[in-house]
Amino acid sequence: MTKLLILIVVVLGILAVAQLARVYELTSKLRGKREEDISPADNRMNATLMWLFPFAYFGFFLWLVLAYKDKMLPLAASTQGVETDWLMNFNWAILIVVFVITNALLFYFAGKYVFSKDRRAHWQPHDNRLELAWTIAPAIVLAVIIIYGLNSWNRITTLASPDAMRIELYARQFDWTVRYPGADGVLGATDYRLINGNNPLGIVTPQALEARLAELKLEEHATDSLLHHTVQPASKVLELEERLGYLGRMRARLVNLRNVMDQDMKANGDASAYAHGADDVVTKEFMLPVHEEVNLQIRSQDIIHSAFLPHLRVQMNAVPGMTTVIKVTPSITSDSMRTHVMKDPNFNFILLCNKICGASHYNMQLPLTVVTGNEFVAWAKEANKKPFEVPAASPAPEAALPDSAVNIVDSTSMAQAATAGH
Amino acid sequence: MGAHAHTAHADHGAGHQHHHHEESFVSKYVFSQDHKMIGKQFLVTAIIMAWIAVIMSLIFRLQLAWPNEGFAFSNFFLGDKWAPGGVLDSNMYLALVTIHGTIMVFFVLTGGLSGTFANLLIPLQVGARDMASGFINMLSYWFFFMSSVIMVCSLFVEGGPASAGWTIYPPLSALPQAMPGSGTGMTLWLVSMTLFIASSLMGGLNYVVTILNLRTKGMKMTRLPLTIWAIFLTAVLGILSFPVLLSAALLLLLDRTVGTSFYLSDIHIAGEALENTGGSPILFQHLFWFLGHPEVYIVLLPALGITSEIISTNARKPIFGYRAMIGSILAIGFLSFIVWGHHMFVTGMNPFLGSVFVFTTLLIAIPSAVKVFNYITTLWRGNIVFTPAMLFSIGLVATFIAGGLTGIILADSALDIHVHDTYFVVAHFHIVMGMSAIFGMFAGIYHWFPKMYGKMMNTKLGYAHFWVTFVCAFGVFFPMHFIGLAGAPRRYYSYTEFTMFDGVVDLNVLVTFFAITGALAQVVFTYNFFYSVFRGPKAVQNPWRSNTLEWTTPVEHLHGNWPGPIPVVHRWPYDYSKPGKPEDWVSQITPLDPDEEEH
Ligand code: HEM
Ligand SMILES: [Cu+2]
Ligand SMILES: [Cu+2]
Repeated sequence: MTKLLILIVVVLGILAVAQLARVYELTSKLRGKREEDISPADNRMNATLMWLFPFAYFGFFLWLVLAYKDKMLPLAASTQGVETDWLMNFNWAILIVVFVITNALLFYFAGKYVFSKDRRAHWQPHDNRLELAWTIAPAIVLAVIIIYGLNSWNRITTLASPDAMRIELYARQFDWTVRYPGADGVLGATDYRLINGNNPLGIVTPQALEARLAELKLEEHATDSLLHHTVQPASKVLELEERLGYLGRMRARLVNLRNVMDQDMKANGDASAYAHGADDVVTKEFMLPVHEEVNLQIRSQDIIHSAFLPHLRVQMNAVPGMTTVIKVTPSITSDSMRTHVMKDPNFNFILLCNKICGASHYNMQLPLTVVTGNEFVAWAKEANKKPFEVPAASPAPEAALPDSAVNIVDSTSMAQAATAGH
Repeated sequence: MGAHAHTAHADHGAGHQHHHHEESFVSKYVFSQDHKMIGKQFLVTAIIMAWIAVIMSLIFRLQLAWPNEGFAFSNFFLGDKWAPGGVLDSNMYLALVTIHGTIMVFFVLTGGLSGTFANLLIPLQVGARDMASGFINMLSYWFFFMSSVIMVCSLFVEGGPASAGWTIYPPLSALPQAMPGSGTGMTLWLVSMTLFIASSLMGGLNYVVTILNLRTKGMKMTRLPLTIWAIFLTAVLGILSFPVLLSAALLLLLDRTVGTSFYLSDIHIAGEALENTGGSPILFQHLFWFLGHPEVYIVLLPALGITSEIISTNARKPIFGYRAMIGSILAIGFLSFIVWGHHMFVTGMNPFLGSVFVFTTLLIAIPSAVKVFNYITTLWRGNIVFTPAMLFSIGLVATFIAGGLTGIILADSALDIHVHDTYFVVAHFHIVMGMSAIFGMFAGIYHWFPKMYGKMMNTKLGYAHFWVTFVCAFGVFFPMHFIGLAGAPRRYYSYTEFTMFDGVVDLNVLVTFFAITGALAQVVFTYNFFYSVFRGPKAVQNPWRSNTLEWTTPVEHLHGNWPGPIPVVHRWPYDYSKPGKPEDWVSQITPLDPDEEEH
């Protein structure tokens, strides 16, 4: 109701302004004033406003800074973030000086040199020395910014050593899953075709592979018998045939993957990427040890997401078909954030999705807990007792669906196998 | 006036005969091949599209300020399907931001801004009877019109319009399973944009050819007004970059329809593994931003050209550093093709490649700074007349400063890691692109309204429009920097699902109040515009005492622009307050005095 009232007042206000303008137009017609002749009074009014505006502008800026400085992100909770925060402040110092000077000059001149009939503007079409000066000055400032910036960039983007722990953040519409490497310290290979309820990340182990193959076979059978032993409308027949084709091709790819896996395991034994999946820990608990450099490996199941940890100043896209990696060294535990920094017992670091991904993009979050090294070791020990596990394949009906019908070279699974073990 | 009598040689008098034959309503107002009419068609279409985009923004601003509350306003426009009880649906939220962005960037600030002023000004300011090809020019408008109609129609399809953001990154935009807007809505988006690109290419080629070939006698490239230089560069950028977007869109269309895998690989969605392998979603981003970054300058350069002209005219002072201004436009145009990667610092791009993009991007700040300093120096010791156009031009310089500076933060890849895709980016590009370009457009409308319609707009309403818009522009977008620095991601339907942003969400209420007030100021503008078209006081030939050629044409429009031969140009366009001249302006068609230096 109040909103409606506001609306009515506003509309009436606009109408009033319009009417005033019309009245003004009529009277100026009577006085013989033309629309394009800007009266001295109008010029003066605008000049005054030009002088007032920067006070409002800078004032607003200052108010925002003062009122919200404590509501900005707290100090960075990672070594990398501490470095970029310094860089950010350094840049702001330069930019705010430039901001104030250029705006002050702009509005000062605009207000000062207001039109007068008795005066002529100063004739000065160009001055090459000045142009040169203000080409070189920004160039120098930017050179400084670039040098400091790229220095930090290089340090931040160099990955942690291969011995550092690698933890996977796995994105899908609309949640995050975390994978720890388990007792062997290495993340196992994955393939998206293995994804099902039991294996949400598609980790490749011989057992998981068999289970998925069996699942496909089961569905193939069901579809096949629907198609051949029941009467279906033509459109449904087409659909079933398509489905059957799809299942066959999927299975073919997996059989192929099995061959690749078998060979790799034979050749590399325990070093094979496929030998590391079985003990991986798949969890919704996101834990990191403080002061330890870790590599976050980021993947997506469906579309692009982005892993964003604002407090740690970490962000990296999750891109389907690709593994991205970013390093982070948390520098404050969640506990000290709660007791010392935020003074809020409910505080949590939070992992957000920062790439538009659909209806619930705004709610795709996972809390992160940073703990001390010892706490982490204890936690990992418990967690490792519950590795990711796929129930053994339920015996599939033996039928005339030979595995050998297929021999497609599947470059993606090979590539995945090659990278997953890093 | 003596100068006007001075005319060109006979060969410029061609095209002179057909002034008098009668035109039907259809050939005059609908399928017109006259550049001035086509310019006006672009403008009116853009104003309508802009209103659609503004109303969308009000709906999602209401949701951001008062999440999950019902508003009769939202329900009125969206109905019970997308705003049951007036509460905006979260899919519709994304659809609205997507179409809002698309309309503003492409339909208003590209088609509308370039289409209006390139068409109106090129022939008039270079001294040509019309565009090189009037027919292609007409087609360019009608393609733009069709593409607008299709984009608007896409709002009404079953799953809603495209919703993947104006950048339509696949796989989100490629897979209807991913969101309802990626069904028919997305297809229509792609069709509409294909027509748009065709329109823009036809327009652009025409602009380039006209500027290069149809300049009147004496109009050397170094005597062109900066508006024309800016439009020229804009057209070149468009011709070189829009085809790349077209390819990106066509490949996306193939992925969507015939099952190719350009952008798709290893996807498991809606409970099912897709068969696509080997594609890369990142490929799309490279193609998109290869257009996308030049596009931001396609939007901005015409506005900069317009304000260069208006600031010089109304400061009654030559634009400072004419050649430096041309040089910086050329530098910006060139550099804008090698910076696109700065939109992709956190896509997993090779960090060394990232460094290269940091370097090229920060280089752009140099010519940008040169332009700002030249504007400020033009005002220095000027004799400033505050027309509404002048106010908007000064406003542009202010927004360009603010947005250019935040660009430096974003271009610093190490810093971009934590502001990328937050409200900080939203603040940056709305101020530097949205506001600057729209201010340039308003400035152009107020300045050339007498040329377009032979009438004057009301100055007092223009003042009210400017000051309210100016204050609201900062009121809306300045606080967004802070929301972004607090870590708030963009394209979020609400911030109520966690406590992290509780401290800054009250800024969203402030922003929404400014947004509503700002929108109301545009009602004042729209009223002033249409009222003046029909009832405004009649204009004189050269109301702003300006030097450029368009003001030597009669107020009443005629086919071919000049009733007699096309005038010959003798000087650059910025002889304002030149010492030794009786007036504080000297038209380009006034010959140099025997011992006069050109500038
Ligand atoms: C000093 C000059 C500028 C620099 C250094 C600069 C830098 C950047 C950077 C690095 C980004 C990417 C930020 C991110 O996504 O994380 C960006 C975004 C953007 N910039 Fe600028 N910029 C400058 C001027 C401009 C101008 C003049 C315009 C338009 C006329 C513009 C329009 C945009 C737009 C539209 C985006 C956002 C696109 C999106 O993600 O939707 N920028 N700018
Ligand atoms: Cu998301
Ligand atoms: Cu860019």
